[in-house]
Amino acid sequence: MPRLVSHPDEVKIVSQRFGLGADKIDRYVELGGYDSAKKCLAQGADWIINEMKASNLRGRGGAGFPAGLKWSFVPKQSAKPKYVLVNGDESEPGTCKDHLIFLHDPHAVIEGTIIAGLAIGAKLGFIYLRGEYRYLLEIMEKAVADAYAKGFLGKNIFGSDTEFQIITHSGAGAYEVGEESALMESLEGKRGVPRIKPPFPAVVGLYGGPTVINNAETIATVPHVIAMGAAAYAEVGSPRNGGTRLFSISGHVERPGVYELPMGYNLKKMIFEVAGGVRGGRGLKAVVPGGSSTPVLLPEEIDIGMDFDQVGKAGSMLGSGGVVVIDDQTCIVEFALRTISFYQHESCGWCIPCREGTDWLKKSLMRFHAGFGEAKDIDNIQYLAENMLGRTFCPLGDAAAMPMLGFVKKFRKEFEAHLSGKPCPFAKHVEMAVI
Amino acid sequence: MSDETMTLFSPMLAARLDALVEKYPVRRSALVPMLLYAQDEIGYLSDAVTSEVAHRVGVTELEVRNVASYYSMLRFKPAGKYNVQVCTNISCMLRGGFEIYERFQEELGIGHKSVTSDGLFSLEEVECIGACCWAPAIQVNYEFHDDLTPELVPGILDAYRLKAKTEGTDAHA
Repeated sequence: MPRLVSHPDEVKIVSQRFGLGADKIDRYVELGGYDSAKKCLAQGADWIINEMKASNLRGRGGAGFPAGLKWSFVPKQSAKPKYVLVNGDESEPGTCKDHLIFLHDPHAVIEGTIIAGLAIGAKLGFIYLRGEYRYLLEIMEKAVADAYAKGFLGKNIFGSDTEFQIITHSGAGAYEVGEESALMESLEGKRGVPRIKPPFPAVVGLYGGPTVINNAETIATVPHVIAMGAAAYAEVGSPRNGGTRLFSISGHVERPGVYELPMGYNLKKMIFEVAGGVRGGRGLKAVVPGGSSTPVLLPEEIDIGMDFDQVGKAGSMLGSGGVVVIDDQTCIVEFALRTISFYQHESCGWCIPCREGTDWLKKSLMRFHAGFGEAKDIDNIQYLAENMLGRTFCPLGDAAAMPMLGFVKKFRKEFEAHLSGKPCPFAKHVEMAVI
Repeated sequence: MSDETMTLFSPMLAARLDALVEKYPVRRSALVPMLLYAQDEIGYLSDAVTSEVAHRVGVTELEVRNVASYYSMLRFKPAGKYNVQVCTNISCMLRGGFEIYERFQEELGIGHKSVTSDGLFSLEEVECIGACCWAPAIQVNYEFHDDLTPELVPGILDAYRLKAKTEGTDAHA
């Protein structure tokens, strides 16, 4: 069972019911659950969307797109049915927050899905979980069945004339499916290959109908925004970055864990105070601030607020909130190699710059790490990565290229120390298993 | 597929799959979860499984293979009764994921995507399984084991050996 952590600086909004048995529907209701859905049912679609816009809640999947604005793009009138699709394909290395949401607070996901459905006029929502999360899917399925039994889902939700149904769905192992158009393809029973945009899902989405797709954390936040009021929620975060975020802090820290902190919380403080600092009293070498696809930050670059805008200004991204802390005994070339091995494995091959780029980057880094690199390879890694950027249908190509650019630019000296004849200064795992 | 005698699957799974195709607005949406549930019971996607799934969903066998080949959890060859999946992605790697993987290799005497001769275990080095804050982590079939050290590896294997003995010869429980 994943361990829960706590720190006085936390502002527990989304995680307030973690560990309280709220996976049981009666307990969830006792803790104020489903009141927000009832309120939204009474207030209507326009009110919900205005609240969501005012909350400054931005997409927790990684892109940070304002949720209220996204919902407002769905046309009011549509010949085809509209859908809500919850993205629980949590696969970005360094990120395990949705794991805890499904485990401890499945009804918050259901309630958020109902509210999203009311906002856009959908009668059906899907909750897609990655295939590896089977035990969490079972928890979600139980929660959905309980919500039907109580009349919170079905033809007449909460005794009203409004219909809303939820279908839970299992994936079968694919990082790329976390991208919204690939997610829809997968849910339609196809290979998870991305679609060309436009049209955007809000207009032409699942089964060709207008579809709102949100990350599980975003959806689980929605009932709390309604319960607190948009203004109070927005007040917790930083400008244009409403509320809190579940930060998954992993790697070389004393107390790894998922911590809920206000948007804009200082990254240095997050590592050294909240997570207890670098493990074993070692020095800090680097921090990956938002999941493995976000460019690395150096110790002197981490005195920043963790919100979409401030991390962007520092040359990286807040992404999925997966903070990976790297100590000074770690080989950055090896870290880069493990990162690119992942993207090479997950590239679907649809777009050539991504298919070939990830493969060549992996080959270059493998050779480099094994001590057979040449000086020109360092520039070549950069050249390859730069030529992938913006040249693929889905963001996987960018996700692979951006961290590579960060490693090569910020740790050039360490790459140079690996040049021909010189073994890896950290001499670990030179012969890596090849996935 | 109402004729139960025609199915490869247990009555319980067959009933579940009957319901699965009806639950979506479009039948084909059942394809990926159906393949996974079928694999859970049979062990892998044999030609017969592919054929029955194709029939149930209403697509060609070729289409089923085309889709299945995209998803990393789906396999066309048998795995062990207990499939040990060791994450070595960044968060696990930093906390000893490779050492865990190496220890499993030593204990089982097999490598990536191999099966022990008794068919009890298979080993896989896998990508992030969403347990980064409890790293290093593994999954054995669908069960998570968190906060591991190499020393804990033999005990985990023993527990599954015992489980296999007490459960008898049930395939892929």
